[in-house]
Amino acid sequence: MKHTLAVLVENRPGVLTHISGLISRRAFNIESIAAGYTEEPDTTRITIVVEGDEIEQEQVVNQLSKLIDVIKISDLTAVESIQRELALIKVKASLETRSDIINIVNIFRASIVDVSRETMVIELSGDETKIDALCQVLEEDHGIIEIVRTGKIALSRGPIPAKA
Amino acid sequence: MSEEKKGLSGAKLLLDALREEGVDIIFGYPGGVLLPLYDAMLDSPIRHVLGRHEQGVVFAADGYARVSGKVGVCLATSGPGATNLVTGITNAYSDSIPLVVLTGQVPTSSLGSDSFQEVDIIGITMPITKHSYIVKDPRDLPRVVKEAFFLARTGRPGPVVIDLPKDVLAQENVEPFPSDMKLKGYKIFGRGNNSKIEEVAQALSEARKPVLYAGGGVVTANAEEVLRQFAERANLPVVTTLMGIGSLPYGHPNLLGMVGMHGTVTANYTVDDCDLLIAVGVRFDDRVTSGLGHRFATKAKVIHMDIDPVEISKVVKTHMRIVGDARKILEELLEVLPGHSLPDLSEWWGQIRNWQKDNPLGCDLDSLTPQLVVKTLGELAGGEAVIATDVGQHQMWVAQFYPIAHMRNYATSCGLGVMGYGLPAAVGAQLARPQDNVFLITGDGSLQMSIQELGTVAQNKLPIKIILLNNGVLGMVRQMQKMFYDGRYNHIQLEGNPDFVKVAEAYGIRGIHVNSVDQVRGAIEEAVNSSGPILLDFKISPDENVLPLVPPGKVITEMIVR
Repeated sequence: MKHTLAVLVENRPGVLTHISGLISRRAFNIESIAAGYTEEPDTTRITIVVEGDEIEQEQVVNQLSKLIDVIKISDLTAVESIQRELALIKVKASLETRSDIINIVNIFRASIVDVSRETMVIELSGDETKIDALCQVLEEDHGIIEIVRTGKIALSRGPIPAKA
Repeated sequence: MSEEKKGLSGAKLLLDALREEGVDIIFGYPGGVLLPLYDAMLDSPIRHVLGRHEQGVVFAADGYARVSGKVGVCLATSGPGATNLVTGITNAYSDSIPLVVLTGQVPTSSLGSDSFQEVDIIGITMPITKHSYIVKDPRDLPRVVKEAFFLARTGRPGPVVIDLPKDVLAQENVEPFPSDMKLKGYKIFGRGNNSKIEEVAQALSEARKPVLYAGGGVVTANAEEVLRQFAERANLPVVTTLMGIGSLPYGHPNLLGMVGMHGTVTANYTVDDCDLLIAVGVRFDDRVTSGLGHRFATKAKVIHMDIDPVEISKVVKTHMRIVGDARKILEELLEVLPGHSLPDLSEWWGQIRNWQKDNPLGCDLDSLTPQLVVKTLGELAGGEAVIATDVGQHQMWVAQFYPIAHMRNYATSCGLGVMGYGLPAAVGAQLARPQDNVFLITGDGSLQMSIQELGTVAQNKLPIKIILLNNGVLGMVRQMQKMFYDGRYNHIQLEGNPDFVKVAEAYGIRGIHVNSVDQVRGAIEEAVNSSGPILLDFKISPDENVLPLVPPGKVITEMIVR
C-alpha cells in the first residue's frame, strides 16, 4: 500500500542529495517527493509517498531516521490528513475549443492562468485522482502540450503538528 | 573559552579541538592543501604517524580503533589523497568502527571549479559514512569536531568525514563560535524496554533448544563480561559471527564457534535446529545466512537485540525486538533471570555434544599446514596477544583455530573483506597497545596489497610479528575455482612473487624462511620473543582448503566438510 510520510529535515546543503541517494541506493519504491521551507527557518519539510508492504515501509522510515539531518518522520497515512498536489497543464486551445476548455476548467474548479492564440495554461490543486481525471479529459479532447506536477504534500488535521 | 582561543588559526583550532576529544595520535599523509595544518602540527602534542599510502593510514586508524575502543583518526590531502581513503572508510562503515576522517580540500573560492586535486569527497563518501561535514567557516571548527567524535563513537558507531578547505585551515585570528552541538535529529537508543526484557526471560524459560548468537555489537558495547555471565547463568550454547569472535574466550565450554559459511558444523546445526534464537548485536549477514534469510533458523522464535532499529527484520523475520545497547540489555536480562525458572537443557546439550564429537574441525598437524602454524602460534603467543589478519583463507583459519581470548585482541576486515587491511591495521594496533605482542597473520596475496607499509613499521620501529602463510596463489579464489568451476584455474597464480624475507630485510626487518614442519615451532618461538619486527615466511601448500564450507545458494546445514 501507499504511505505518505512527512519528513522534517535540517535545512542544510546536501540534505536532499542525502535523502534521494539513500532512497535509490536501498531500492525503495518512491512515488513522489516534494520539499519546501516551513514555519521554522532552519527546517525543511519533505513529503514522500512510498509504495510497499509494512516491512518495506518500516525500513524506509528507519533508514531515513538514521540520517543525522533528519529530525522527525511522521506517517500521515495512519492519521486524518489533508493531501494536495498542484498541477500546471498547458493544453492546445484554438478559438473554437476555448469555450469547451473553460467549461471543463469550471467543472473541476480549476483556473486558467495563461492564454495564447494556440494554448491555455490551467492550474489545478487537489488530490491525485482529481488531477489525473482533468488531465485525461484534456488529453483526449484537446491534447496536452506539457504538464508539471509538484508531487503530493500533506498535513494532518487537528492541533498536533508533525514535529511534536 | 573564546577569550583564550582568540587569535588562533583554523589549523590550530582544529588541533586543539582534536586534543579536547582525547586524540593522541593521527595517521596521516601530507599534501598541498594540508600545508597549514602540517605546519601547525609541529607545535601540537598530538603524535602524527606517516603511512606509505592513504589507504594504509585509514586502515591503521581502523586497527587502532578496534583494539583500543577509541575513535581512530586519519588525515589525507585533497583529491587522490581523499579518494585513496574510500576503501578504508567503507570498511569502517561495514563493520561499524568509529573513525574521524579528515580530508584536505581546495580553498573555498576554488570549490566547484575542477581545480587541481579537487574532488567532491563528501559526495563520494555519502553512502559510506555515518555523517560528513565540509567546513566553510573556520569558526565552526570546534563544534564540527565535537559533533564528529560524538557521532562516530555513540549509537551504532561509524566513520565521519570532515572536509577541510585550505583557506579554512590557513585563516588567522579566528574567533570560534561556541562548540555546543546542534544535533536535533540524532537519536541514541540506550537501555532496553523493561517489559520486553521480562518477555525475553519468559521465552527463555519456555525454550528447550535456545542458542545465543553474538556479533560485533557485543564488541562495540564492551559487553563481553556480561555476555559470559548471561551465557553461563542460563547455560546457553553460544555461536558468534566473525565480528563477534572473542565475545566468549576460545575454548569456553559454551562456545560452539563461528556460524555460517565457514562456521563449525555444530554451530550451524545448532542454529538450524534451535527453538529460540537470541541474536545480540548482529545483522544476519549473508555470510551467516547464506543469503537465505527465510530459511535461517526456521524452527526458532527469533529475538533480536540491536542498537540499530534498521537491522531488525531486515533479513530474518523477528518475533521480538529490543532496540538498545547490548551491554545494558544483557545486564537487565541478568537482573530479571532469577525471577524465572530456567529450563533443563541437558537433552539439548547432549545433542550438541554429539554433534561436536562427530564433527571436529579437521586439520593435519603432521606437516607444514596453515592450521599447524596458527595453532602453534596460539599455543606460544596465547589469547592475550593482539591478532590482525588480512582477508582470505588465512583469515578463516585464524577464525577457526586461533584462541582469541578477548574481543579487543582481534582486528580483521569482516563486512567488506578488504585484502591489504592487515599490515596497516597491525600498525594501528601496535601503536594503540605498545605493551602487547601484535601479530599479523596474512597471505602472500593480501600482504602485497599493502606491502609498502613495511616502511611505516620500520620508521616507527614497531615490533610487529608477521606470520606469512605463503602458498603462492590467491587461495580462496583458487578453492572456489577448484570446487565450483571444475578446477579451471584462472589468474590465481602469483608467479612473480618476491622473496618476502629479502623484501623484509630490504626494510631493515628480520625475516626467516620456514620450509619444513620441524622448523615451525622454533621459528614461532623466535617471533614471540623478538623485541623488534620480524617476518616469518611459511611455505604452505596451495591445495589446502578452508572447511567446512557452505556452498553458494545452500542453507547452512548443507556443508562440505572434506
